[in-house]
Amino acid sequence: MTNYTKLPAVLLLEDGTVYHGKAAGKIGTTTGEICFNTGMTGYQEVFTDPSYFGQIMVTTNAHIGNYGVNDDEIESGDIKIAGLVCKNFNITYSRKMSDKSIQDYFQEENIVGISDVDTRSLVRHIRDKGAMNAIISSEVLDIEELKKTLAEVPSMAGLELSSLVSTKEPYFYGKEDAEHKIAVLDLGVKKNILRNFDHRDVYAKVFPATTTFEEMEKWAPDGYFISNGPGDPAAMPYAIETVKKVLEADKPLFGICLGHQLLAQANGIRTMKMFNGHRGLNHPVKNIIIDHCEVTSQNHGFGVVPDDVKNSDKVEITHINLNDNSIEGIRVKGKKAFSVQYHPESSPGPHDSRYLFDQFVDSMQKN
Amino acid sequence: MPKDTSIKSVLIIGSGPIIIGQACEFDYAGSQAALSLKDEGIEVSIINSNPATIMTDKVIGDHVYLLPLTCESIEQILQERHIDAVLPTMGGQTALNLCKEAEERGIWVKYGVRVVGVDVAAIEKTENREEFRQLMVDIGVGVAPSKIANSFLEGKEAAQEIGFPLVIRPSYTLGGSGGGFVHKKEEFDAALSRGLQASPTHEVLVEKAVLGWKEYELELLRDNKDNVIIICSIENFDPMGIHTGDSITVAPAMTLSDRCYQDMRNQAIKMMRAIGNFAGGCNVQFSVDPVTEAIIAIEINPRVSRSSALASKATGYPIAKIAAKLAIGYNLDEVENQITKTTSAYFEPTLDYVIVKVPRWNFDKFKGANKELGLQMKSVGEVMAIGRTFIEALQKATQSLEIGRSGLGADGRQSRNLDEIMEGLEHPSWNRLFLIKDAMSLGVPMESIRKVTKIDKWFLVQIQELVLLEQELKRYSLNNIPKDFFYTLKQKGFSDVQIAWLLGNVTEDEVYDRRKELGIRRVYKMVDTCAAEFQAQTPYYYSTFEDENESVSSDKKKIIVLGSGPNRIGQGIEFDYSCVHGLLAAKEVGYESIMVNCNPETVSTDFNMADKLYFEPVFWEHVREIIDFEKPEGVIVQLGGQTALKMAEKLHEKGIKIIGTSYDNMDIAEDRGRFSDLLKELDIPYPRYGVAVDAEEALVVAKEVGYPVLVRPSYVLGGQGMSIVINDAELENAVVKLLGDLPGNRVLIDHFLDRAEEAESDAICDGEDVHIVGLMEHIEPAGIHSGDSSAVLPPFNLSDNVIRQMEDYTVKLAKALNVRGLLNIQFAIKDEKVYVIEANPRASRTVPFIAKAYDVPYINIAAKVMLGANKLKDFTIERKLIGYAIKEPVFSFDKFPEVEKELGPEMKSTGEAIRFIKDLHDPYFVKLYKEKSMYLSK
Repeated sequence: MTNYTKLPAVLLLEDGTVYHGKAAGKIGTTTGEICFNTGMTGYQEVFTDPSYFGQIMVTTNAHIGNYGVNDDEIESGDIKIAGLVCKNFNITYSRKMSDKSIQDYFQEENIVGISDVDTRSLVRHIRDKGAMNAIISSEVLDIEELKKTLAEVPSMAGLELSSLVSTKEPYFYGKEDAEHKIAVLDLGVKKNILRNFDHRDVYAKVFPATTTFEEMEKWAPDGYFISNGPGDPAAMPYAIETVKKVLEADKPLFGICLGHQLLAQANGIRTMKMFNGHRGLNHPVKNIIIDHCEVTSQNHGFGVVPDDVKNSDKVEITHINLNDNSIEGIRVKGKKAFSVQYHPESSPGPHDSRYLFDQFVDSMQKN
Repeated sequence: MPKDTSIKSVLIIGSGPIIIGQACEFDYAGSQAALSLKDEGIEVSIINSNPATIMTDKVIGDHVYLLPLTCESIEQILQERHIDAVLPTMGGQTALNLCKEAEERGIWVKYGVRVVGVDVAAIEKTENREEFRQLMVDIGVGVAPSKIANSFLEGKEAAQEIGFPLVIRPSYTLGGSGGGFVHKKEEFDAALSRGLQASPTHEVLVEKAVLGWKEYELELLRDNKDNVIIICSIENFDPMGIHTGDSITVAPAMTLSDRCYQDMRNQAIKMMRAIGNFAGGCNVQFSVDPVTEAIIAIEINPRVSRSSALASKATGYPIAKIAAKLAIGYNLDEVENQITKTTSAYFEPTLDYVIVKVPRWNFDKFKGANKELGLQMKSVGEVMAIGRTFIEALQKATQSLEIGRSGLGADGRQSRNLDEIMEGLEHPSWNRLFLIKDAMSLGVPMESIRKVTKIDKWFLVQIQELVLLEQELKRYSLNNIPKDFFYTLKQKGFSDVQIAWLLGNVTEDEVYDRRKELGIRRVYKMVDTCAAEFQAQTPYYYSTFEDENESVSSDKKKIIVLGSGPNRIGQGIEFDYSCVHGLLAAKEVGYESIMVNCNPETVSTDFNMADKLYFEPVFWEHVREIIDFEKPEGVIVQLGGQTALKMAEKLHEKGIKIIGTSYDNMDIAEDRGRFSDLLKELDIPYPRYGVAVDAEEALVVAKEVGYPVLVRPSYVLGGQGMSIVINDAELENAVVKLLGDLPGNRVLIDHFLDRAEEAESDAICDGEDVHIVGLMEHIEPAGIHSGDSSAVLPPFNLSDNVIRQMEDYTVKLAKALNVRGLLNIQFAIKDEKVYVIEANPRASRTVPFIAKAYDVPYINIAAKVMLGANKLKDFTIERKLIGYAIKEPVFSFDKFPEVEKELGPEMKSTGEAIRFIKDLHDPYFVKLYKEKSMYLSK
């Protein structure tokens, strides 16, 4: 099938901007906050990352789908993005290890997408106008009708989403006889985080998002991991409370992404919705403690307020972003608690920051 | 650590004359490095024997040494000047080898010079095949099973152990020289001997051949704090088995999963760390088993390479520029991103487009050469194209090649011979890419093509789509193509010429006009390193068909300089030198200067050179659309060789102003009939000549002008298709062959002045005055192309009478042709009489040479004159040459062992060196003079 013969589709942004393209994935309509990811590999990992729950993803890479889809390279049980916007949606793929095409995958998982869009123009638009909601449709092409549907979509700010992607029941990951055991507060945890713990001989019990500290403490873990996840950290008082309790009990704690924002909140630091989030595999971060740089995988639309961190007497900065000097990592003074805004489990993305998992494991050793 | 303030003076080693495997990418690297260091207030000295380069120009280095690349030259420089550090990573293997030799001889220690940017032990580890292999095994990186052999016997034993097919890789050679695949036992002995001989240490690696595996390259940068970033991933369209320099390559990698890519990234970083602790660039090549995705390391080059030039242009991240800063102590987080100017240089570029590089071969220049591609690089240049899809970039690349194609097939030049096609798929040569498409058009199943070529299915699917679109197009005529479909065709890279051919009975212009009517026009997108995530400041653009145009046409007065396209024999780096000077001169006199070129290796496509760079094919359709959009005051065609010059006719037709000499006057110089009439009128002698359109006419002409005759096509450069024949039979052959290659051409037949001497002049004319830039006398007798002759500046053996005639004719012709800018004239001299052979109203191969030898910025002057900004009398020209300067051609015959080194009227040299001599007793000159007829073919 050539592009020419594909069905038309339309993308409408909250500010009224319209992009025309071709239908990709399932024929239908979808809504969500539009964001872009600049990674050149790992589309499947991105699509299944729970932190992207409810978002319409624009991939900037020129081609998507080239190497198909592989059942193992997933970050959660299903596709989490609300929709896809891309330039070239490649229906035929080439990889011996793959199980199916991206088209089949999207169809199976009911994901609506739009291809053949001038994604570069779209990214420039979002870059300048900031994050906003959007709607994709390959069944309704009438803009006025789409506007009505889009108006009903709530803003991401103030939205609590973790409980929607979190596990409903606790489960275990890794080897039972491992050297350490940790409690994982699942706010939308990526599989590769658990794999990284397992590789370091850490046994994890994964708890639902709203589990209390007391409940988890019953299992007597050596440390606590506060996971990544979607939504606004300020709208999660339950999780902030849990983190506070872990700190009070002086247990080792490691937070990633949303977990980082919650650690900040627990220490009286505000979080904010960013004009444009960081989403890609090439973000430069400097570890200012050891004076070394790492290329990081990032995905966040909220961040910690830099001045609050600088003025805090409870935490200190460990990592900064070299592009915009935003805060990428903190640790709590006098505690074994630290967190990073980026994704050291990096699936997809460079493996430069895996040492943070070792650091967490070490902090439990000295326990 | 910030800048090391103890380094105040740096010596950069260049790569010498252009040869196959080491071309103008090192001019780009050297120039960038020098400018980057000068920015830091460092005094930069440069040694390079190549006079055609920008890097050896005063605008780049503080002190330029045009000396042979030897330890003696290095010592001479160090005695003359205090040098704190030497940077050997910008001049390819040649520079590294020289650095190593100087180290072994203790020269660096003796003069207190630090080697920066590399450590010599690291070079050793990467060049010594056995050491490299052992190191990989030690750090747990996969390698192909192999054995080292230092003798014929050891080699035989290794082959027995490893089995066939295998690879022979000689140690310490360039561009895979002397190496090759051995498929069968019978071929092994000869291949082994050749390999052992090619290696300066008489050492080869016998390695298992992983034919058909996928091939990748990563470009790395590391600083003094061991921060490492990957600038670019490159995937080879052609799988393992073809030298990466001869492979079509694509960036970013198209068919790599994140898992496999990150594994490769980790291994590359591990390898770079294992070979030593240095700050700078590094290239790593890998091979991936398409079934298991197992990765093996092929090689690592701890220096700036051809691939890093490509990666710089592909991503917008100037590797050499940053590597130079790292070499003097900066760390990546202390340097800014050169394109965005707001973000950090410590990051990994991300692309929202696809680039395709296609090599340019010149097999036509090497008669009898083995044209099959393999381990040894054979291409002489390359083009890069940028598109928003792989297929758009691929088609643009084929339009950039200047081999008479208008895209990938669909232009009337396709092969329909199935046997030839299948043979070409199995034994890859320059045309395999085209044959793949031809095979698909004839209905050969994709799977059969994949089996034979081992090319990844993903790429083949993209090509197959073109065939489907062509079939669809045939249902329409120009007036009823739906707009949406027309748009799709353009997005897939089809040129207007291809569409016209497919529709039949319509012209390129009609297609162009129709799509303008429909509102289908090119838009320009920026190369910004970050996929638009951040705002970028650098005006580096490519075209595509999409909604938004990011390029803003300013209301300043502007000039477009047309580049010279891919490097090839006859049109090399010297034309890029001229283009760069044209850009700089136009800027100096207040124009916005705009560059159009498609050669990723060169300085002209460095986005810091022009005010605006369009990285586009120098192909009419692309050029006209840029002109349409930018509306420049005029276009400079004089500097970009024949590539640019041949656009003159169309520019003239469309009423676009050509800067300098008019189209009509250029045509007089090119058109043999009109030119001879002019010579006759001016009373200037010329050899008897005639023009023929077929062999029959040629025989009549030859009879009139008298044998021997020189046969050549019109409108070509570098003596393409030129030959000297002595009788009717030879003439017939020559003409038939020539018209076969260039159908419809008018064949020129000149009486050949046997045993004549040859000389040439270059001049600048402003319409009133004529300034003779220089006269050069060839050492070899007539019959050898001027590009292949050793030539001496100024003449050493011509009488005053002859020189006076040459000068007189130059002035007369410059005025008669109303030249505004440059003019080059070729002379033959016999019995004290000077004949004019040809005149070229453009920058010649020799002007850069003369500019260097006399130390006068001639191209700058010529550009200002052609723009009308200055008259010749505005300049004070002082020549600084003591003694003579010799231009010495350099050949790459070693890449074609089966071809005899034989010189004639068709140019074969790939590069040149300059050598200064005090007087004619110089032993180098004496030897050259004595051997002047040694390689003459007739």
